[in-house]
Amino acid sequence: MSDSETNVVAPPAGVPANGAKAGEVVIRVRGLKVGFGDRLVMDGLDLDVLRGEVLGFVGASGAGKSVFTRTVLGLLPKLAGTIEVYGHDIDGLTAGERRRVEQRWGVLFQQGALFSGLTVKQNIQAPMREHLDLSSRLRDELAMLKIALVGLPLDAANKFPSELSGGMIKRAALARSLALDPDLLFLDEPTSGLDPIGAGEFDDLIATLQHTLGLTVFMVTHDLDSLYAICDRVAVLEHGRVVAVGPISELLRSEDPWIKTYFHGKRGAGREAAFKLGHGKRQS
Amino acid sequence: MPDAPAIASERTAAGVRLACAGGWTIDFGARLEKQADSLVADAEGAHDALFDLSGVEAMDTAGAWVIDRSMQALMARGVTTRVVGARAEHAILLKEAHYRPVETAEPRAPPTLTSLLADIGASVYGAGSDIVSGVAFLGRMVSVGLTIFVRPPRWRWTSTFYHLEIFGLRSTPIILLINFLVGAIVAQQGIFQLARFNASPFTVDLIGILVLRELGVLLTSIMIAGRSGSAITAEIGSMKMREEIDALTVMALDPMEVLILPRILALMLALPLLTFLADMAALVGGACVAWAYGDILPIVFIQRLQDAIGLNTFAVGLIKAPFMALVIGTIASVEGFRVSGSAESLGRQVTESVVKSIFMVIVLDGLFAMFFAAVRY
Repeated sequence: MSDSETNVVAPPAGVPANGAKAGEVVIRVRGLKVGFGDRLVMDGLDLDVLRGEVLGFVGASGAGKSVFTRTVLGLLPKLAGTIEVYGHDIDGLTAGERRRVEQRWGVLFQQGALFSGLTVKQNIQAPMREHLDLSSRLRDELAMLKIALVGLPLDAANKFPSELSGGMIKRAALARSLALDPDLLFLDEPTSGLDPIGAGEFDDLIATLQHTLGLTVFMVTHDLDSLYAICDRVAVLEHGRVVAVGPISELLRSEDPWIKTYFHGKRGAGREAAFKLGHGKRQS
Repeated sequence: MPDAPAIASERTAAGVRLACAGGWTIDFGARLEKQADSLVADAEGAHDALFDLSGVEAMDTAGAWVIDRSMQALMARGVTTRVVGARAEHAILLKEAHYRPVETAEPRAPPTLTSLLADIGASVYGAGSDIVSGVAFLGRMVSVGLTIFVRPPRWRWTSTFYHLEIFGLRSTPIILLINFLVGAIVAQQGIFQLARFNASPFTVDLIGILVLRELGVLLTSIMIAGRSGSAITAEIGSMKMREEIDALTVMALDPMEVLILPRILALMLALPLLTFLADMAALVGGACVAWAYGDILPIVFIQRLQDAIGLNTFAVGLIKAPFMALVIGTIASVEGFRVSGSAESLGRQVTESVVKSIFMVIVLDGLFAMFFAAVRY
């Protein structure tokens, strides 16, 4: 359809997409404790994820970033604390309510976690097939739409995951996580294992999708470029709790030794200089 | 959650006004599609159609897709379409998730007969290449083995004894158990069937010859193919998957020398030992049942056994064992090296390894039977 045929009501500036109130909390975590054996990985962790934002989640390797994500997703048990998603306490949900919450979030696992026995198209259709009553024509069309949205060539649809490159696997997995049009997207190290060009493209893709689909994105990452390029806020995990959370410009002023090393270290410093040259503008 | 998608259509002077309301999201599944189809039906024949989206509470890519699909269907029939009242985020969606005809054709499968013939051809060809690669592997193994044979310090004794424990000692209980049971079952059937000819005492001959010549080594080989052959394929295969084999090669170590030879030697030592234990277990099982069902005292059983079999009967079984081990080890290693990057190829090669080893063990046993018959041993 062409623009001339569309009559658009202009939105007031500064309102997040999907008509959400700014500052609405999508995930609220309070006093989270997670441990294995007698070792506590999370000890009294508090974190809010706001609607319509891209939240970067950083921390040293082994600090428990993946453990946190897996706990929120319900893949790991917690010892104490509450996790609320869309205002519902995860523990208090019935099976049906829980399923509805799960349909509203999409997850991109680090290795993609595509089903190896299915083609890309079948992978994207798998959640639709299980949860929705759609005609096979619409299912096909929507799968192809998702493939186009994530920038995969259309002939990738009938390929198996083993025939795809690393970057294509990430894109295909992103397409699958978008299959049910979630509002909330969990990304576990989306750019790891990609070359800098591919990683940059993937950052742009996430930013574009976040704008057009009005997504809330929770992103675990090690990639400083991603943090600067697309994250609205960054949360820092240290010693089992979130020690700092805020826009990157705020974190740059932090006195915490780990954060200082992270952002002002050898790798961080170059990126920081580029950031300041750009007057703190988001790149995407 | 928003209400179900709804349409109020209203004929105006200019054409038709389609007021969409509710949630146009994928959660509504089939209802979403039905509403989209009725959009087309409602505007059919009008000169132009006005899509009023101001009542739409929620929209996602699926909703945008079906709305745009309806609009394009109408345009194709000469209806002018226009959108009013769309919220900004919905307009973005309509633009990004705009309808485009998609090629959904699956790769077409060839006709059944063609693919059947192609499959047969491929498997015959595969069997041929199996033989070639198996023989090539065996040749390389022998040549590497010979070079190491003249320099014994290079032999990996630790690895060999480790695998001897895993393949031999750890398999002992299960091998003893199944052979004891099989010996007992054969004895029981022997006593019942031979009783009809008043020949129950010949059960001892039956057990002695059958177990020592064939069953002991055959059952042990099949068990080892399933237990140790699969383990070899899985180990080599997962090392191949994680590039550990390549790492060995670039360290100027020969995977054949480091990984394969110790395993094969361990198998070739373990299998005769296990076969001996299997023979004994089966004879004990047979003797127990002969005592219980046929009133043949163990001392009588042993005396008859001495008359019934010679050393050659016992030797025929044991001679076969190292060859069985060689076949199992070679097939397991070849299949392990065939594993490619994916986890399912590992599973497939392990299955292949077990199936092929058991098949080859039985074929080899048949060949040995013909050979021993020909040399009257």
